[in-house]
Amino acid sequence: MSVIPTIKRDFLENLAKEGKRMDGRKFNEFRKASIEPGVISRAEGSARVTLGKTQIICGIKMDLGEPYPDSPDSGVMTTAAELIPMASPNFEAGPPREDAIELARVVDRGIRESGVIKTDELCIVSGKKIWIVFIDIHIIDYDGNLFDACSLAALAALLDTNVPIERLKDKLEKAAADTPEIGEYLKAHDKDYPLPVSVPPISCTWVKIGESVMIDPALDEDLIADVRLTVATDEKGDIRAMQKGLNGSFTSEEIKNVIKESFVNGTNIREQLYKSTGK
Amino acid sequence: MGTKSDIELIDKNGKRLDGRGPEDIREVKIETGVLHRADGSCYLEWGGNKVYAAVYGPREALPRHTQNPLRAIVNARYNMAAFSVDDRKRPGPDRRSREISKVISEALERVVLTEYYPRSAIEVNIEIVEAEAGSRCAGLAAAGVALADAGIPMIDIPVACAAGKAGGEVILDLGKEEDNFGEADLPIGYLPRTGEIILLQMDGHLTYAEFERALDLAIGGCLKVSELQKKALMEKYPSPVGGEQ
Repeated sequence: MSVIPTIKRDFLENLAKEGKRMDGRKFNEFRKASIEPGVISRAEGSARVTLGKTQIICGIKMDLGEPYPDSPDSGVMTTAAELIPMASPNFEAGPPREDAIELARVVDRGIRESGVIKTDELCIVSGKKIWIVFIDIHIIDYDGNLFDACSLAALAALLDTNVPIERLKDKLEKAAADTPEIGEYLKAHDKDYPLPVSVPPISCTWVKIGESVMIDPALDEDLIADVRLTVATDEKGDIRAMQKGLNGSFTSEEIKNVIKESFVNGTNIREQLYKSTGK
Repeated sequence: MGTKSDIELIDKNGKRLDGRGPEDIREVKIETGVLHRADGSCYLEWGGNKVYAAVYGPREALPRHTQNPLRAIVNARYNMAAFSVDDRKRPGPDRRSREISKVISEALERVVLTEYYPRSAIEVNIEIVEAEAGSRCAGLAAAGVALADAGIPMIDIPVACAAGKAGGEVILDLGKEEDNFGEADLPIGYLPRTGEIILLQMDGHLTYAEFERALDLAIGGCLKVSELQKKALMEKYPSPVGGEQ
């Protein structure tokens, strides 16, 4: 850690003792997010999300593929997040490092395990042809809390996604020559149609600075945090994914409180997500 | 160039597929100062291209063996988002983007007053979030604005534009089909103040006379985009930095 964060740590820790944060927010107050779907017309679905000054562009591409042998009736999804050097003076080019991998995996789990993408509806011919959904997340400006910003961008992009029947018509028709079932699929789906998705869980990330626990860390809070916890809750208030990070610790009381508050914030964010994507 | 197609790239009235005349450029929109962490940044839309450029530096060049004791190095990195093209591109640099990064870096080293910053690096990140044809020109033009926004001293603001040949005619600023099915593509990088050409590539087939015409058109396109670059910067900096109000 460099010198400046150490000085800032004292400042932020003292501020937190008085119950305050640098940008004047309450401990349980999320920054204002903006969600703009459909920003990349070449992608099957896309969204630009800003959270504070954190700026994320997420694009969804789809392609035809073959299912994994252990799940012949299920589509496939992959998530990649790049901490590109554009976003921060401290990000370097090259293969993804462990923090980028953790980020992509946490976002991936939040979407995969909660079944947001109805992968069983992405099977075209059992054991032979399925849809692959590629979620690519581009972080272009880093102002803290990438976990929530990236998940939100991925969800908004998925809600914006249409299955690209028209773009891949030639490929589908060629495949239909060998496999008549694909022809039937094409008959039933002759136009692009919205990607089948279910109600998404929303992730909320908290950090602990000194003895204070706060939601949606801004850049400086993110850089000096002792410990971090991401909680994804669904519309019923059930917990769908969690990840603790960094080398500090929480008490169980703190964790219980974090989960309750995450549900309240998650509900508001989900409402905004649906409003901005017109669903 | 290359693949043949029966698409009529230029119709009987001399109109191109998107309705442009031979000497028309696609719509260009430029906005500066769009990213808060970068020292300078730019968002540029050029037809169907959507490009971000961010500049960091001058800062110590690392690893140290890359340092030049006499001047700064300029590292441009051209990168395409996986979702920027029809068929998903695998993330990370491929041979094409490495080559483009190299020619853009070299073009920018001519413009930046590198001798002011020995042992330093100036990093220029160019992200293509949506690509049509001419993304390298869009990238270089955006990089020029971002460098100016970062306050990097330069002999001029670099700009770029392509010309080429499609449907048998020399045309300015090739669109997607013209790039795929046309006869030649000639992207150039240009300094309007000195008239220097800082980037030049060509593929396809042009006669000498066609080349002259294409070069004229491309420089004309550069001058148009150059005006828009200045306008975008003037909007952010209405009075000279440190000057009188």
